[in-house]
Amino acid sequence: MTNDAKATFTSIKNPDARTKKRNAAEKRFRAYGLLAVAVSVVALLFLLSSIWTKGSGAFYQTYLTVSVTMSAEKLDPKGNRDPDEMKKVTTIGYSKLIAQNLIDQLAANGIDTSNVSDKNIAKLLSSESAATLRNQVLADPKLVGQTQIFTFLASGRIDGYFKGRVTMESAALDNNISPAQLVIADEMKNIGILSIKFNWKFLSAPDASELRPEAAGLGVAILGSAYMMLVVLGLALPLGVAASIYLEEFATKNRWTDVIEVNVSNLAAVPSIVFGILGLAIFINIGGLPQSASIVGGLVLTLMTLPTVIISTRASLQAVPPSIRDGALAVGASKMQSVFHHVLPLAMPGIMTGTIIGVARALGETAPLLLIGMVAFVRDFPASPPSGFFDPATALPVQVYQWTQRADPAFTERASGAIIVLLGFLLVLNSVAIFLRSRFERRW
Amino acid sequence: MTFFKLSVSALATVAVSTSGVFARDNVHSAGSSTVKPYAEIVAEAFGENFDFPTPVVEGGGSGGGRKKLCEGVGENTIDVANSSSRIKQSDIDTCAANGVTEIMEVRIGYDGIVFASDINGPQFAFTPADWFNALAAEVLKDGTLVANPNKSWSDVNPVFPAQDIIAYIPGTKHGTREVFDVKVIEAGCKDAGAEEAFKAAGKDDGCMTLRTDGASVDIDGDYTETLSRIDANRNAIGVFGLSFYQNNTDKLNVATMSGIVPSTETIASGKYPVSRPLYFYVKNAHLGVIPGLQEYIDFFVSDDMAGPNGPLAAYGLVSDPELAATQAMVAAGTPMAPLN
Repeated sequence: MTNDAKATFTSIKNPDARTKKRNAAEKRFRAYGLLAVAVSVVALLFLLSSIWTKGSGAFYQTYLTVSVTMSAEKLDPKGNRDPDEMKKVTTIGYSKLIAQNLIDQLAANGIDTSNVSDKNIAKLLSSESAATLRNQVLADPKLVGQTQIFTFLASGRIDGYFKGRVTMESAALDNNISPAQLVIADEMKNIGILSIKFNWKFLSAPDASELRPEAAGLGVAILGSAYMMLVVLGLALPLGVAASIYLEEFATKNRWTDVIEVNVSNLAAVPSIVFGILGLAIFINIGGLPQSASIVGGLVLTLMTLPTVIISTRASLQAVPPSIRDGALAVGASKMQSVFHHVLPLAMPGIMTGTIIGVARALGETAPLLLIGMVAFVRDFPASPPSGFFDPATALPVQVYQWTQRADPAFTERASGAIIVLLGFLLVLNSVAIFLRSRFERRW
Repeated sequence: MTFFKLSVSALATVAVSTSGVFARDNVHSAGSSTVKPYAEIVAEAFGENFDFPTPVVEGGGSGGGRKKLCEGVGENTIDVANSSSRIKQSDIDTCAANGVTEIMEVRIGYDGIVFASDINGPQFAFTPADWFNALAAEVLKDGTLVANPNKSWSDVNPVFPAQDIIAYIPGTKHGTREVFDVKVIEAGCKDAGAEEAFKAAGKDDGCMTLRTDGASVDIDGDYTETLSRIDANRNAIGVFGLSFYQNNTDKLNVATMSGIVPSTETIASGKYPVSRPLYFYVKNAHLGVIPGLQEYIDFFVSDDMAGPNGPLAAYGLVSDPELAATQAMVAAGTPMAPLN
């Protein structure tokens, strides 16, 4: 062995220049991949933590416990306990009554309120409280004349004080709250009138106007989204599965099926606002369906989801090996029996996964709902189905969009809270999809 | 077979139970995002205190709302259009072509437009002429029109601090922009004496042409966007609605205009120059058909709501001194006269 030959001798432990280059290229590629993953993880963490820090406050809320004497002369001037007569006392009358009771209660507890006007003490309470009390009294007129302890929402600024959004410094500059009011709030907390609790109302209450951000909740939006998803599931799944079974198993392959296939793939990529324009023209203007109704939203989102369902269903039907079909046909099954008894059950996990992912995408859509009147202030809960499908409703992403537009800073917190709820629903849907896939999918 | 029967009967049940749901029982309004919060406050109180369902309030901008109003008569069209600018003849023509012949114009009050900067920044006392000289594409300098050379506010007026001119003004799709153009830029153009010069030079829209070198930034989003932009650039000055400012007084420092501090009082008395009326338009053909529509509009203009001590004023609406006349007109259902 000459010296020359020794220099060119290579092994795994002693790679030549080309191998070294290839190994280096591979290392670099791995580093790029790792970097890409790191960038997305950091971006995701940043997004989640920013939403969480802004939005977690929406899940707890400040309440005031007020003992209210429901004096008959104020709430039932005629004295006959007739709900129709009592309705003439509006929420304005009720709010004065509650405010007076709060002032009395503060005085009884020895809290000095001399440097805050009675009007500003009333502002410690949410204006929602009058409506709460009025509804309770009208539902049960026997309450008139009694004294009961009620838990009312504190106003948005007081709530913001205990969440760190409002400080003594900012209150000094704020037209809607004064440091003196915050001092009273602190004292109320010390004697237990004021408490902070988990905010179930955020998930169950309807939207509220700008004057009472503390009362705003996602109830109508969650219900509206649920109704729309019911419509989407009820229509997109059977239509999509039927269309794909026909195209995949029965239709002869010719130019027409090619045209349909190209168009279905095309539809899946159409911007969602286009479906909204279509929905406005077809369902509202021609079909005469009502505006802002979840049925119209559901129909529009069905159109949007249908291509996704068809594409994933066809893919999972194609993945079933032909030997299954041939075996079924060989033992005498009809074509339909082979499809429904053998092919479809095997394709089911793929179909369900595709549908759930389609529904998850539909759940997060706002643009198509803009044109059919669902981006609106809706406070009444829709009735139970089927007639409730025709009642006005909003949707979760719409509520996020609306709250980000509001002037009161308390709505920023609500909007981020709504995003957390929406992300929660999406996480559940996608986990179900992954579970179905890993549990039931068969590979050949 | 049983599956077939089941599905047919289910469909029939749905059809029976939904026939008649097309009779809408809630008032539906749409339009201006400036009027929307007021309409929401009224809708909320209306739903609480009356036996009717809470009205639905949709956004979509003043022009969008009026367009929807004019789509025709029927339960799948809206009843009320909220608008921060007056209806146009073209809208009325569209309405008439679609069978909407009688429209009631209801002025609910006034809205002020304020100029505000970051709370920790310097205090400004503007005049319309300052704004014209800061933002116009061409300004008068020593008697001749030149491309705007002003870089900082101290160039505009020596009493101002040497702070770069950056203004966030509403985009052209906003009704607020129209008021800003007419009451600030055009008025400032006159005050600065540039109007004559533009006329002489044959540039009719010279007054309204704003500079495009980045000193004036159009904001097409909402006031929340303007606020977060000011948060990011503390030298900037933004244009806001009075109600938005009143909800964010701890973050914004409001400037005076011609020496007047904007407030509901100074706007109501007419001292503060930059304000505009807010309206809603009612489709008279729906009165008596949509349950609660008459009650809703009566309630909207009632003293309990739109009066000087009502919740709308608390939110920032400048109460209309002629509210009593509006109340009588709404109660009588008087349609609006042709535009003059």
